[in-house]
Amino acid sequence: MSHEYSTAATQAARWYDLFSRGARDWLRHNEKVRESVRNALPDLVSGADVLTNPDNRVVRVPVRFLEHYRFRLRDADTQSGAGQGQGVKPGDVLRPSGDGGRGSGGAGTGEGGLEFVVELKIDDLLDWIWDELKLPHLEPKAANTLEDTDFVREGWDKRGVRARLDRRRTLREAVKRRAVQGDAIPFSNEDLRFRQLARRPHPSTVAVIIYVLDVSSSMDEESRRLAKTFFFWSLQGLRRQHTRIESVFVGHTVNAWEFSEEEFFQVRAAGGTEASSGLELAQRILEQRYDPGRYNSYLFYASDGDNFAADHDAAWSALRNLASRLNFMGYLEVNHRGPERLHTEMGRLFGDLMKTGACAGAYSASGYEDVWEAIREFFVRQAEIKGE
Amino acid sequence: MPRMPSRFQSDLENLAERMQLDYFPVEFELVPPSFMMEVAVYGLPVRMPHWSFGVRYIHQLVQHRMGYSRIFEVVFPGNPGHAFLANNNSLAENTLVYAHVLGHADFSKNNELFRRTHNQVSPRIVDLAAGHAQRIEQAIEKHGRERVEQVLDAALALEQHIDVNQNLERPLFPTSPPEKPKEPADEFHKRFESLTGERSEMAPQPKEPVRLPVPPRTEYDLLWFLAHYAPEMEDWERDVFLAVREESFYFYPVFACQIMNEGWASYWHARLLREASFLPQDVYLDAMKAHSDVVRPVAADNQVSLSVNPYHLGFAMWDQIVERDGMDAARKILAQEDDFSFIRNWLDADLADKLDLFVYDAKRNGEITVGEKDIYRLHEALLGPKFNFGSPRVGISELRRDGTLELQHEYETDGRGLDLDRARHVMNYIHRIWRRPVVLQTVDARSGQKMLTTD
Repeated sequence: MSHEYSTAATQAARWYDLFSRGARDWLRHNEKVRESVRNALPDLVSGADVLTNPDNRVVRVPVRFLEHYRFRLRDADTQSGAGQGQGVKPGDVLRPSGDGGRGSGGAGTGEGGLEFVVELKIDDLLDWIWDELKLPHLEPKAANTLEDTDFVREGWDKRGVRARLDRRRTLREAVKRRAVQGDAIPFSNEDLRFRQLARRPHPSTVAVIIYVLDVSSSMDEESRRLAKTFFFWSLQGLRRQHTRIESVFVGHTVNAWEFSEEEFFQVRAAGGTEASSGLELAQRILEQRYDPGRYNSYLFYASDGDNFAADHDAAWSALRNLASRLNFMGYLEVNHRGPERLHTEMGRLFGDLMKTGACAGAYSASGYEDVWEAIREFFVRQAEIKGE
Repeated sequence: MPRMPSRFQSDLENLAERMQLDYFPVEFELVPPSFMMEVAVYGLPVRMPHWSFGVRYIHQLVQHRMGYSRIFEVVFPGNPGHAFLANNNSLAENTLVYAHVLGHADFSKNNELFRRTHNQVSPRIVDLAAGHAQRIEQAIEKHGRERVEQVLDAALALEQHIDVNQNLERPLFPTSPPEKPKEPADEFHKRFESLTGERSEMAPQPKEPVRLPVPPRTEYDLLWFLAHYAPEMEDWERDVFLAVREESFYFYPVFACQIMNEGWASYWHARLLREASFLPQDVYLDAMKAHSDVVRPVAADNQVSLSVNPYHLGFAMWDQIVERDGMDAARKILAQEDDFSFIRNWLDADLADKLDLFVYDAKRNGEITVGEKDIYRLHEALLGPKFNFGSPRVGISELRRDGTLELQHEYETDGRGLDLDRARHVMNYIHRIWRRPVVLQTVDARSGQKMLTTD
């Protein structure tokens, strides 16, 4: 059974409730719930479908009431109790097996099972995480983001197109002139004032993020979950720096496809792995849809690191091409099987790429703690790049 | 708001006196139902703050809104006693409740267990608990909420782990053996010692200082022991522990005599009202209707209940005892017994049948079957949840030299091992204030020895 009690304590703001000790202790309980939620953040986001919907800036998390633990005996295989009722004979079955388990009639078992929902703003979550990870709070404007130009209103002039006539200013000019000239015509061409526009550069805050995921059979559920968590938080973090973000989802085996977000994490394909297929598709999408003059572009690639040896050269050139065009390229290796982190085929490719001075980073994760570390590295590196 | 719960108050008191009820005066207070609910949740009108009360409060609030529970009165026995009545009770209800409270007051003045704790704790628990709450608020101001909460997490988790067979005030354990008084040397010894060759053996050998083990035997008052033997406990933390312990001592008789006490109060409200010729007919009828709601065996829409209403059971038992053995015998039982002996001595098979009581077995798969008729099993099924203040029996077996606290769960008396996950959490609570390792011995699901340790 699930209930929403979060508002119960705040309703009924009668004066008496202001002094209610029960409400006070309930609020303290909720505070503790939030603290514990905060400590369990990684688990929360991996399950929820909260990836990119920009309107849904709230994560609703079902939580249990906190239990104040006491010593208790473990449940017995058969628990005896005393009951009361007419016409009950020994051997009667009061409830058949499999009927919801025991507890509803027993003593004191009710408290543990109830759930209520806490709503957490993603921005709050981000603040917590940023504090937790000691991440720099990035400003939207940064040195190597693209400059975009825009028309900005700037001053007035006596000539212009009718649509930009400023009636208010024009009237003011007429009043001023008549005050000086005494008896005069109501309006003259000299009074007209037109708004002026100027082309001014300003930093672009539009970005595209391409997520490329290895969906071959070697990527198990856990690996995808790690990738998803990384993708989610990198997206949330970038959202703080850009007013508008578009995202593209690419999955690949030896072939590559573009997916919707919903499909993205569910697709599973048989076959081997050729990273170049995914990277090349990403490149094509960038070229066709995202004008480099308008978009900051990021690419994140997640895989278990395997790649066909035959694909080495193709993957390398695809990486080089992308790197020349992207603001940043991140690689997340999940559940690597090698003896050392990033000692896989893809890990080495990214390593080589970073040696060329490209804006790239490579991270390895086999658990959620690693994901946070990867996120931290990513944003710290972002801050460094921007500071350069 | 009427100052008197019922205009028949003094008539009822006179009647009670004629019927030889013997009680300390009771102060009545009419309060809003919401306050009643809080009193029920906290167990006391003013009590220390803790988040766990908030959880109970919400459950109570939900039940209340769903109309499952209505609280007419809460009584705090003492001298004077203190009773809270809901200010939305009707006149008839309050008349009934007033009589009911007199029954409680008579019980708590005359029952030995209540007398003992009242003498030891305080006849004015409401004020005492308010004082505790105030001191704890001061501690919060001084040391911060988190630190005080940590202490309360531990103390309240161990609330039931007191030893009511010991006194509230007790001396620390002796650390060295008492000096044995020297026996005056008699003729034989004098002569014996004077014999040659015997002296050397008889000469007192240099004694090594003996350190007696602490505790000398398994100690069940965990709150007391932790408060006095924790290696680095601060004074204010000890104060919190002892405050919780004092309130537990107070709560124990209420818990251990619930069936007797509620039964006795129900018996007397019924009897006083029956003999109250001064009550108008309509008030009497309404009051008796409220009476039958209170002592009804099972919920009206429910033919069979998997629990037993203590009001109903206690009421029926006292009714039979007074009927059969007379009031003097009943009062003797009241003075000397608690629920354990009350149920075992006075709930016989005939009465159990008359009340349609039965034992059931609930299996893990959800199946619930009615057990064979067996009055002894029924006694134990009723009393099972009440053993050891309703908690597993955990004692302190040893305080090691390095400060490690050794807890022992007596799984043999409890019949099975502890819930290990919960036990670990409780040990962590303890560890935070004990500040040294804590170990706990119990058994796992396969009855194998299981040792839990904190890191």
